[in-house]
Amino acid sequence: MGRTSSTKEDAGALFHSLRSAYAATPVNLKIIDLYVGFAIFTALIQVVYMAMVGSFPFNSFLSGVLSCVGTAVLAVCLRIQVNKENKEFKDLPPERAFADFVLCNLVLHLVIMNFLG
Amino acid sequence: MSNSSTSDLLKPFKLKTKQQELLIRVSILCLVYILAFITRLFSVLRYESMIHEFDPYFNYRTTLYLTQHGFYDFWNWFDYESWYPLGRIVGGTLYPGLMVTAALIYRLLHFLRFAVHIREVCVLTAPFFASNTTLVAYFFGKEIWDSGAGLVAAILIAVCPGYISRSVAGSYDNEGVAIFALLFTFYLFVKAVNTGSLAWGLASAFGYFYMVSAWGGYVFIINLIPLYVLVLLITGRYSMRLYVAYNCMYILGMLLAMQIRFVGFQHVQSGEHMAAMGVFFLMQVFYFLDWVKHMLSDTKLFQEFLRITVTCAIAAGGIALGVGMASGYISPWTGRFYSLLDPTYAKDHIPIIASVSEHQPTAWSSFMFDFHILLFLFPAGLYFCFKRLSDATIFIVMYGLTSMYFAGVMVRLILVATPAVCLISAIAVSATVKNLTVLLRSKNKVAQIGSTKGTSSAKASSKASLDQSQPFQKNGAMALLFGAFYLLSRYATHCTWVTSEAYSSPSIVLAARGAHGNRVIFDDYREAYFWLWQNTPPDAKVMSWWDYGYQITAMGNRTVIVDNNTWNNTHIATVGRAMSSYEDEAYEIIRSLDVDYVLVVFGGVTGYSSDDINKFLWMVRIGGGVFPVIKEPDYLVNGEYRIDKGAAPKMLNCLMYKLSYYRFGEMMTEYGKPPGYDRARGVEIGNKNIKLEHLEEAFTTSNWIVRIYKVKPPNNRW
Repeated sequence: MGRTSSTKEDAGALFHSLRSAYAATPVNLKIIDLYVGFAIFTALIQVVYMAMVGSFPFNSFLSGVLSCVGTAVLAVCLRIQVNKENKEFKDLPPERAFADFVLCNLVLHLVIMNFLG
Repeated sequence: MSNSSTSDLLKPFKLKTKQQELLIRVSILCLVYILAFITRLFSVLRYESMIHEFDPYFNYRTTLYLTQHGFYDFWNWFDYESWYPLGRIVGGTLYPGLMVTAALIYRLLHFLRFAVHIREVCVLTAPFFASNTTLVAYFFGKEIWDSGAGLVAAILIAVCPGYISRSVAGSYDNEGVAIFALLFTFYLFVKAVNTGSLAWGLASAFGYFYMVSAWGGYVFIINLIPLYVLVLLITGRYSMRLYVAYNCMYILGMLLAMQIRFVGFQHVQSGEHMAAMGVFFLMQVFYFLDWVKHMLSDTKLFQEFLRITVTCAIAAGGIALGVGMASGYISPWTGRFYSLLDPTYAKDHIPIIASVSEHQPTAWSSFMFDFHILLFLFPAGLYFCFKRLSDATIFIVMYGLTSMYFAGVMVRLILVATPAVCLISAIAVSATVKNLTVLLRSKNKVAQIGSTKGTSSAKASSKASLDQSQPFQKNGAMALLFGAFYLLSRYATHCTWVTSEAYSSPSIVLAARGAHGNRVIFDDYREAYFWLWQNTPPDAKVMSWWDYGYQITAMGNRTVIVDNNTWNNTHIATVGRAMSSYEDEAYEIIRSLDVDYVLVVFGGVTGYSSDDINKFLWMVRIGGGVFPVIKEPDYLVNGEYRIDKGAAPKMLNCLMYKLSYYRFGEMMTEYGKPPGYDRARGVEIGNKNIKLEHLEEAFTTSNWIVRIYKVKPPNNRW
């Protein structure tokens, strides 16, 4: 009894501290996080759809899911490079980080369009 | 007066030290570039500009097709001239990187109005890319250690026999381009990890794409890089740059790699590629936890969270992997790569893989032959790398150790180990030489410091003692430097000798010394293929052992039954069965396959030892693997393989024996020996009175190396 309530309290405390810490992050990072969340959500929808109707043609399924996962991962990389708390990237201008992000996304989507069939 | 005029003349040439150093570096690299190219040209100078060996002929034929018909037809090509009657989907079963590269170079040269033949481009592609590899080795060495190590690495890899063996002029094979792609991909990835830039990650993804398009050995990259990431994660050396580099390379690289038809969906379905995916997911979990830990100030809460997340993640991953492997969705490791982990696997289960001489385990002599002094410089370099650990040196250490393990398992993989060995040895050489030259120069510096700091008594005494030990150190350093110079010059001599003697033979043209020391050339293979081309109907089908398939289709331009691709074991076993059966049974198989001509290679007159009689036991084993009616003990006597009078009766009457030794019984091959003396086996043959019932001899080359027989139509009924 005590253990479950303590774990519940722990979970609640965890959730609260996470929420308060996250609220302190700058707005531009929150936008990127929103984009990542949207991309992952889209990927999950595609996986559920594939589970319902089958995976033929497989290359189309892969290209859809990988485009979502890929752009999410690239956005996380952008977030890392733009985040002012990361000491390793303090010399990197955010414009350069964004330009790299756009270039990689361009290549990603060109390959996806070739792979879609 | 004259002094000032000469110094005035030299003034525009007086360079600052930095410019001098740059000039030296650039000139060294230019010379190394040229050296790497010209050291591979021995066979072109001695014989002619032709394609060597067996596999390069297929690559040449496909490149020819590509330049004549364009990329779309090449990508969708179904070849009906090989593997009769099955055909081969060429577009989907080859690695197009080499062909596309050669075709692009050909197009570029034609655009510049150099009207070269595609064969010349093919012959010289490998040396050109070897030169490019030396440049990449320089930049890689500069990234790992410093520019001095880069220069030494470039020189070492320019002449290293382990690399030359597969990249001489004429060896138009995938490895010639693939080693360049391998080193380039590794360099770009290490650069990406060092800088943490998405642009370098993208470049490494393109490098990986080029490697996937060039060679099946890309599996090494897709397993080494996740292993490297795992090692960094475990030892706590991870950083944000690693995340950026690996994720960018993995996602983009995987997508690009799936564009090659031959690779297809293997990146998500094959067991060999699962390590990369596993590390990808592990990284997401790892860095997510790192981020949460950074956000939470309370460590106790974080421990709880950590526990929950880790157990969930491991459970999910384990279940997914287990379900995937159990249901067969994730295919297990294929035989080719499984035999690297378990070297005894191929001998028992897949005789075709075991029969290739390049797949045998490596002997010590091969290591010494291919690496020379690099063999003991490699551990020295490892020591230096461990002294100065960084992300880049950890990578090269891992690359070196894993590739040396695989080089020990299979002779062919010495090639993959060569760049790592050259780089690590270069670190040893460069660090040692640097330390020695610092010792050589330090005497002047100490004297200067002593004089500028004044002459107190303590300083004077220490200076005196230093002076006493200095000459000893200086002499020792000079001696060691001379020793290093001597070793490196011996290395260069050895490499050139090895290249000249061992690795520059075209295999399709044989050379020997005649009785008076003059050079005798045996051009029998090409003689036979051109005879086929000129004297047989265009739709004739030729049956031979699979070694010669590519050459027959490329030079003879005739349909073959089996060739070097060895994709269909049963078809090869059928041919093996035909060669090992008595003539009547073999004739039935030959008729069922629509064969018009049978080609065998025979070395009894010239002493050529890679002929079909020496390969015959493999035909028996492969045939017997599919058709139990062929039993290997039937052809042996007391476990011994003989062809003389004491040979097994089945051996003396099988089709291969008859076709090889037809009319050989009357032939005098050596002075003082009886007629029918087989010079390759060193015995007199057992069955000299050979009569052929269903085949007749069509052509035998001038040195009896290739023999072609025509299949007679069946007898009339009455």
